[in-house]
Amino acid sequence: MAEETLLTDEFLRQLINVGEVDIVVGLSTHNHAKTIGPVVGAIQAGILKCFPRERVAIINADGGSQDGTTELVKNASIDDLWRDSKVYALRTLHCISVRYARVPDPSRALQTILAGADLLRAKACVIVSPDSTTIQPDWIQRLARPAYSDNFDLVCPIYQRQQFEGALVRNLLYPMTRSIYGSRIREPYGSEFAISGRLVTDFLGNGIMNHDWARMGPEIALTILAITGKYRVCQSCLGAKNHSMRNAHDMVGVMRRTVGALFASLDGNFSFWSAVNGSEAVPMLGTQAELPPETARINRKRLLEMFAGGVAQLEPVLRSILSPSLLSELQRIAALGLNDFEYPAELWTKTVFEFAASYHKSTINRDHILQSLVPLYRGRSLTFLSQNRNGSGDNLETHEESLCADFERLKPYLLEHWAERK
Amino acid sequence: MQEIIVTELTQAFQQMARDIAHYLPRLIVMLIIALVGWVVAYLLKLVVRSLLRLTKFSKLSENAGATQLLHQAALPSSTELVSRFVFWVAWVGFVLLGVSVLGIAGLQDYISRFFLFLPRLFVALVILFFGLVAASFFSRAALLAAVNANFRSSRMLSIAVRIIIIIFSISMVFEVLGVAEQTVLVAFATVFGAAMLGLAIAFGLGGQDLARKFLERKLGQENKEEKEDELSPL
Repeated sequence: MAEETLLTDEFLRQLINVGEVDIVVGLSTHNHAKTIGPVVGAIQAGILKCFPRERVAIINADGGSQDGTTELVKNASIDDLWRDSKVYALRTLHCISVRYARVPDPSRALQTILAGADLLRAKACVIVSPDSTTIQPDWIQRLARPAYSDNFDLVCPIYQRQQFEGALVRNLLYPMTRSIYGSRIREPYGSEFAISGRLVTDFLGNGIMNHDWARMGPEIALTILAITGKYRVCQSCLGAKNHSMRNAHDMVGVMRRTVGALFASLDGNFSFWSAVNGSEAVPMLGTQAELPPETARINRKRLLEMFAGGVAQLEPVLRSILSPSLLSELQRIAALGLNDFEYPAELWTKTVFEFAASYHKSTINRDHILQSLVPLYRGRSLTFLSQNRNGSGDNLETHEESLCADFERLKPYLLEHWAERK
Repeated sequence: MQEIIVTELTQAFQQMARDIAHYLPRLIVMLIIALVGWVVAYLLKLVVRSLLRLTKFSKLSENAGATQLLHQAALPSSTELVSRFVFWVAWVGFVLLGVSVLGIAGLQDYISRFFLFLPRLFVALVILFFGLVAASFFSRAALLAAVNANFRSSRMLSIAVRIIIIIFSISMVFEVLGVAEQTVLVAFATVFGAAMLGLAIAFGLGGQDLARKFLERKLGQENKEEKEDELSPL
């Protein structure tokens, strides 16, 4: 059914021309002319190097680009790569571009790519972000191989990160997904991942995308479906990713797409997650080298101001989300100076869990609940920054593991609030 | 003389007895209508109260900020207030229906006016309620957007949004009720115009630096703050 509505006649014609393939590489674009060239080049090089015998198609789902992105994808020539690498693919590398809408919609883009992969009967589908300027050709192999040859259904990425990168992933998305769903997937919201043909078919067929939360964060929906459906999941070490393009300025938008989707997923999966205790390791393929530390010019004072200002100004809103004791504790730390400031892991965990319970009960408008979390996240980011500013990778790992342990230990606190507010 | 007085009195008493005999059944009918009306109104009150509780009206009213207002005015909860309102409107309606049975000529006009006024009153109350809901929602949305944009006077902005929406709703309510339409229109236009002019002057004079900074940013003159890194969330 999904295919009928998602696939235009033109797209279908292109897919029919391709026939069956082994691997599909999907690119969801919108005005990515500046970065798309090297990304497509890296994908082609990866295919040429690692999958010369396989039938591969690149599907570009475009959300109404006005800067010639689709033309760049369609015209990307593999001839130069052949000359440089002196390796020749034994199959034709097809490149399909389709405009799924006039405005970008990540969930429709993903569905379009997956529907195309399903029709082409691909055994594996690799999704690559069009702004991954640090992509290397071997990323394709690292992502596709486990799904194509090793029977894994979902291959999540593990990126090399600087100590100040991925604050939301490290402080909320990873610990919470781990404690709730019991799987230690480091990047539940990865922008690069691979899925098996089986999971593609099930994802399109089980109607998960009919839920608002899944449309809000299709990547996290896919991860949650893989965990709750007991699919085989693994993680593959990629490398350093340029995260600057993952919009840090639009924190509210990021919060909606990630935390919003995660919170909303709890409603329909209560019977699953309420029975989960602790967490299990997820197989990790490859090794990860530590990046040389970089200095970041982050204004800590501004972060504290935004946290303290948020707690003070949003008091009436926070009162309808948080318990009085927790709110007074937040007000206490908001009064601390920059050098004394600390948003402890336990307090942060309780904050997140109370937000999740309030989101479940819709104590106020759900979007307003998510927006209220932004200033508090800034406070936690400040502590995260202070803890890891001069620390090594091991130090960072220790703090992260300790936070995850708090999330797992305090899961009954969430259940208590979930039931209490009900 | 005495006979005339007795005759007149007898006639007056007979007339009164005839009038009472004429009105008594109507009075009884009126009392029965009022009694039945009370029972119906009471049942209606119970039904409305249960429905409001089922639909969590109190939560909606709390979100709208109506509960706070009622609490400050030492009034009962919104659910109780609405159900009492329904009771009184229904009962007064029945009582007036009963009074109309009496056939008192002067009252008929007022009674029909009352029944014509009821739908307008209902519409006015609905507008007021949704006005309060909208005021609460949009003021909170403005507060959150302003806080997340690190705007210093977020609370003030939120309060301003709330007041503007409430003033707008009240002026609509008065218009629906037909109360001093012209006065309300002129007052609303004056207050709204004054507020906008005040804001324009305040921003014009007080926001010069802000405007300059904004233009500098837009024209590409980077300042120190822009060179700072953002903490990458993902």
